[in-house]
Amino acid sequence: MFAAGIINFRHNKYKMQNTFWNENIETIGKEQLQPLQLKLLKDTVSAALKTSFYKNRLYRSGIKSPDDIKTLGDLNKIPFTTKDDLREAYPSGLLSTSSDDVIRIHTSSGTTGTPTVIYHTKEDLDNWTELVARSIVATGFSRSDIFQNMMSYGLFTGGLGLHYGAERVGATVIPIGAGNTKRQLQLMRDFKTTTIHITPSYALHIHSKFKENNIKRGDLCLKRAFIGAEPHSENTRKKIEEILEIDAYNSYGLSEMNGPGVSFECIYKRGMHTWEDSYILEIVDPVTQEPLCEGKEGEIVFTTLRRKATPLLRYRTRDLAFVYKDSCPCRRTHRRISRITGRTDDMLIVNGVNMFPSQIEEVIMRIPEVGTNYQVQLEKDGALDRLIVKVEIYSKMFTGNVKELDNLKEKIKEELRASIIIHPVVELHEPGSLPVFEGKAKRVIDLRVKI
Amino acid sequence: MKLTQISVFLENRKGRLHEVCVLLSENRVNIRALTIAESEDFGILRMVVDRPDSALQALKKNGFSAQLTDVVAIEVDDEPGGLAKILKVLTDKNINIEYMYAFVEKLSDKAVLVFRFEDTDLAVKVLKGSGIKILRKEVEEI
Repeated sequence: MFAAGIINFRHNKYKMQNTFWNENIETIGKEQLQPLQLKLLKDTVSAALKTSFYKNRLYRSGIKSPDDIKTLGDLNKIPFTTKDDLREAYPSGLLSTSSDDVIRIHTSSGTTGTPTVIYHTKEDLDNWTELVARSIVATGFSRSDIFQNMMSYGLFTGGLGLHYGAERVGATVIPIGAGNTKRQLQLMRDFKTTTIHITPSYALHIHSKFKENNIKRGDLCLKRAFIGAEPHSENTRKKIEEILEIDAYNSYGLSEMNGPGVSFECIYKRGMHTWEDSYILEIVDPVTQEPLCEGKEGEIVFTTLRRKATPLLRYRTRDLAFVYKDSCPCRRTHRRISRITGRTDDMLIVNGVNMFPSQIEEVIMRIPEVGTNYQVQLEKDGALDRLIVKVEIYSKMFTGNVKELDNLKEKIKEELRASIIIHPVVELHEPGSLPVFEGKAKRVIDLRVKI
Repeated sequence: MKLTQISVFLENRKGRLHEVCVLLSENRVNIRALTIAESEDFGILRMVVDRPDSALQALKKNGFSAQLTDVVAIEVDDEPGGLAKILKVLTDKNINIEYMYAFVEKLSDKAVLVFRFEDTDLAVKVLKGSGIKILRKEVEEI
């Protein structure tokens, strides 16, 4: 614990200030927040009742109109929504507005080939952008900053989300996207980038490339990084801050809740403020589904409060975290969640990309030259993750030709890349050599050392 | 005319080649010639043995992925230019070699070359037409 005012910033060359984007809403008192949440919840239920998916579901729970929600406590009457529900409702079962009002869609890959989709109206994107602006200004970011966005653009929400937020703040945005370290470093130096948006593994990796690209820390004007897309430990943050000589701020979001800008650290770096005027935050026991009190670790559940096109009620994120009990010296009243401590399902995050082992299985099952047993191994290759997929060759298909086997590897690699967006290393093994499981198979071996 | 080679898929694991050799030894199979084609994570062991059928049976029974492949064996004088002479014939006639390996005979001054051609029949025709001696079962019995 430390008192307000005594803040240990890594990068004390720059004066740290607690700045606000929308001070009124960011410091809103409980007595004002709760009626606002109730009003917005009713609006959301009203919008949800316009979707084929929620109409059925809410009727069955006795909610036929927004007036059936009388207090925030009535949230408990609403059943949870899961990722499977989103898949089931694909493509338009959760669309609440006219499709003419939709101006963008974001989809994420599904575990069984069915993606999930989130529709956005103009107002939805505007609200999202506001939340991102609010989030980054809480770290001291301002229109004077040069922002290099090193996250992927496209359907992945990380790139576009921060892009529009930083533009709204009025900063200079360099929309470079992910990868190409040499170019990243060159632009970082030439345009005096002050702030980067990056995954923790790439942040560690990029530093290891300074020397070969002839970059000295003194050539750069870096002040801070927004770190997202991968859960990471406090030690990883410290390491990033130490080697890059910057302040690193944790960012949490998920495409179902727009993307980044759901929860973000302020300059005090004591957990991530979750914007409660836009989301109702619950932590529930993943087994009993009972809401848990502050301080107890459980699954994060969100209800959108301002989303028009795709309202989601009590969405189970599968991410585990807890809510801090104490207040934050920054004066923001929005409660803070801890770092993500784990998942309630088997989702893997590899270099910032989400994937499920079942996606790998699906690809392997449709390739006749390999058997059905497989193993997934995750390792560190420097600071980055390496995904190794081990498959067994199918004896009858073996001809003794090396080229054929190399082609087979390429084919598996290419099909996996198309499905999971990650470039895997494919290893061929002898039939019967990979472990066989009688009960629940343990096919994923994660050897990535937590720093 | 053609000779039988056994190809065995070997994953990159310590002692795996040893296991193959022990198995062949237990089945009294003698290896005449051997080479390993390596890739990043696996290798293919190729060998000419005295009793290919027994070898194949034993390997398969023990879970190895093994396959018979047609190869061509040629005997040349074990002296400078021996291989070059053969390759000239093949080059002149545009015959592609997929891979090859060689071994020296114990009791003579000959070397034996084992070839895998893209088109085995055509290669055999060309070699024979140039008066080059192609070994048959003898190699297995050397």
